[in-house]
Amino acid sequence: MLSRTASNLFWLARSVERMDYVARLLDVARHMSVLASPNSLNEWHSALIAAGCETPFFELHERSDEAAVLHFLIRDRRNPSSIMSCLVQARNNARAVRAALTLDVWEAINGAYLEAREFDEETFSSDNFSTFVDWAKRQALLFNGAYTNTLLRTENFNFLRLGTFLERADNTARILDVKYHVLLPSFEQVGGSLDYYQWAAILRSVSARRSYHALYKGRVVPWQVVEMLILRPEMPRSLRACYEQVLENLDTLAQRHGGRAGEAHRLAGEMHARLRYSRIDDIFQRGLHEFLTDTIDRTVVIGGEIQKFYLG
Amino acid sequence: MFDEMHGLDASCRPAYAVVEDWLSRTPPDFLARKEREAEALFRKIGITFAVYTEGGDPERLIPFDIIPRVLDAGEWALLASGLEQRVKALNRFVQDMYHGREIIRAGTVPERLVEGNPCFERKMVGVEVPAGVYTHIAGIDMVRTGPDEFYVLEDNCRTPSGVSYMLENREVMMRLFPDLFARQAIQPVSHYPEELLATLQSVAPPNCPGDPVVALLTPGFYNSAYYEHSFLADEMGVELVEGQDLVVQNGVVMMRTTEGPKRVDVIYRRIDDAFLDPLAFNPESALGVPGLFDAYCRGNVTLANAVGSGICDDKAIYTYVPDMVRFYLGETPILNNVPTWRCAEADDLAYVLDHMAELVIKAVHGSGGYGMLVGPHASKAEIQEFRAKLQAKPHDYIAQPTLALSTCPTFVANGVAPRHVDLRPFVLLGGDAVRIAPGGLTRVALKEGSLVVNSSQGGGTKDTWVLAPTAQAASQSQSQSQVTRQTVGEG
Repeated sequence: MLSRTASNLFWLARSVERMDYVARLLDVARHMSVLASPNSLNEWHSALIAAGCETPFFELHERSDEAAVLHFLIRDRRNPSSIMSCLVQARNNARAVRAALTLDVWEAINGAYLEAREFDEETFSSDNFSTFVDWAKRQALLFNGAYTNTLLRTENFNFLRLGTFLERADNTARILDVKYHVLLPSFEQVGGSLDYYQWAAILRSVSARRSYHALYKGRVVPWQVVEMLILRPEMPRSLRACYEQVLENLDTLAQRHGGRAGEAHRLAGEMHARLRYSRIDDIFQRGLHEFLTDTIDRTVVIGGEIQKFYLG
Repeated sequence: MFDEMHGLDASCRPAYAVVEDWLSRTPPDFLARKEREAEALFRKIGITFAVYTEGGDPERLIPFDIIPRVLDAGEWALLASGLEQRVKALNRFVQDMYHGREIIRAGTVPERLVEGNPCFERKMVGVEVPAGVYTHIAGIDMVRTGPDEFYVLEDNCRTPSGVSYMLENREVMMRLFPDLFARQAIQPVSHYPEELLATLQSVAPPNCPGDPVVALLTPGFYNSAYYEHSFLADEMGVELVEGQDLVVQNGVVMMRTTEGPKRVDVIYRRIDDAFLDPLAFNPESALGVPGLFDAYCRGNVTLANAVGSGICDDKAIYTYVPDMVRFYLGETPILNNVPTWRCAEADDLAYVLDHMAELVIKAVHGSGGYGMLVGPHASKAEIQEFRAKLQAKPHDYIAQPTLALSTCPTFVANGVAPRHVDLRPFVLLGGDAVRIAPGGLTRVALKEGSLVVNSSQGGGTKDTWVLAPTAQAASQSQSQSQVTRQTVGEG
């Protein structure tokens, strides 16, 4: 297939996934800030870092207060990672490859776009925050469901999957890293109640509280949350599960192309093996933040290799 | 005035017997409901025609009229043979202009028409094109004024559009009114994309290494005809490419695919000459492919239509097409031109200036109904303004009588009423055969009394039916099948 078509599909899926992620990220930040002291800037600042938007934000704003961060991450079109920018980007990508999509997929993304055009100040008000976050998550679910259920299993599907799971791997690593940036106040203990609520908020944001209890049957403890989101294959957002999908789709593409495979393939295989055979104790010993930063960097490199090999 | 259904009086012409019977027994509210269904279908399919220059919703539907336009087998057989003859002559003319210019040396066509023509491409002089074919896809605009009076209004050999409407109109009609199709045999058109692909494959370049790979080159989705581009690419099963998807390596055109670069042999391009290649033509073009023209000249890729074939679309050259038929083919023209005054000639100009209020005056290089004056419908001020333009550059204009275009019953706000129609058949000229889908696109001027059928100016479309020959008629005209196999061109 044409590289341009593949590229549009890849970025379509990535943009939708990022929209979903930013919505979830804001949800965590909101929960953490409610638990923390009033007027704390800490949680909102960490949301900016986790969205990879710290630098562009402070070029435009002095303080990371709630209103400014929400505006920047939800609807500022100058921010390419804001929820609304992602949606417009996704719709543009979809429109350019309209013929490669089923009607259900097109309607999922175009429907979201048309609804968003009707939004007003009221939609973005503080009172409607949860409604809006739910709306954004639902659009992503609709899109993912539409393409998973209706699209032929051809290259089109593989490039959408690559976009979804590469972006999700990046996002899972980033959302876990939020906890690193949100420092506990000095009077709080690691493992204390605030610490507990912060980990619980992360679980909640990835819709995994029940799943946690199903897997671990006990109270929320940090290393198990981390293990679940990094190493557990049962958890569909875990880094391991994401890389399984990335690798599987790269494998399928290589089969379709008579064995032709590139550096992205090798790196994704290496990454997957690391995730598959790592132990959570080792990750903590070497430093969770360092591990996550390294994962984010490697994911960026793999994205770049996919770009060069297939989409350029 | 001639009506397609009623002829010159109130009777019903035989070809319309089924349609008339259907209309007489169908209540208007049923037609209105079907019309809404048709519109919903078109919206759903996504066929829109963008007119960006005029503001408003850029994704507009071309109005579709649910009452078909019908031609009988005999009428069509005559038209088809005339179209084939005309397109062959036009093709020979283009070839001649880039080679010996025999028709000019014979004194039949004046040289300045070619030299002064903005579509004439000097770089094509002496270039050989595969099978000598330049005008692979031609749209010939025709009008009718009486039972046997068909005229060619203009020839479109650059990048004629509209064929997707011909195909979708039929699709929608068959879904809305299956009974009408059951009651009589109507010649199918749905094989057009296959015929187009066969035509394109028949002109593979000399250096093509195997089965020719065909691609359709579009300017992108901001183009008004983008829907048609993607529709045709899909139907043919070929890639729809933009300039950025193609790259020229060692004089060979490659498309960027997920499997690496892949060779392209034949390009059905829907981009004007000027934008094809920034190295050869307009250097500002971001739509084109650097090096494409060089690859073309080396015989590594075929462009359809050929570069420089737009000279045929010139309305001053149009006036010489019957001469071309006689000169190149040694035949009597089957299709007539509309009688035309050439404003470049002093006597003609004097006549035109005296009769502006009666004539249709057209810019020779114009298209799409722009840059033209319809005398009987123009205000005094408009005529005065046009007169100044005409006097300043008489070479740029031709004039024609206001024809009493035939009308066809059309479903409008207050019921069924006659509206003026034209017809654009699409002629495919390959290295092996001439292929014409029966019928073409019927365009209808929806405003009462209007003669302007262009979609950019409030025109609509109809499905065009060509009835299958009856057993008796078939034996009479067996020789005139819709696909005539024979070799064309001599390059």
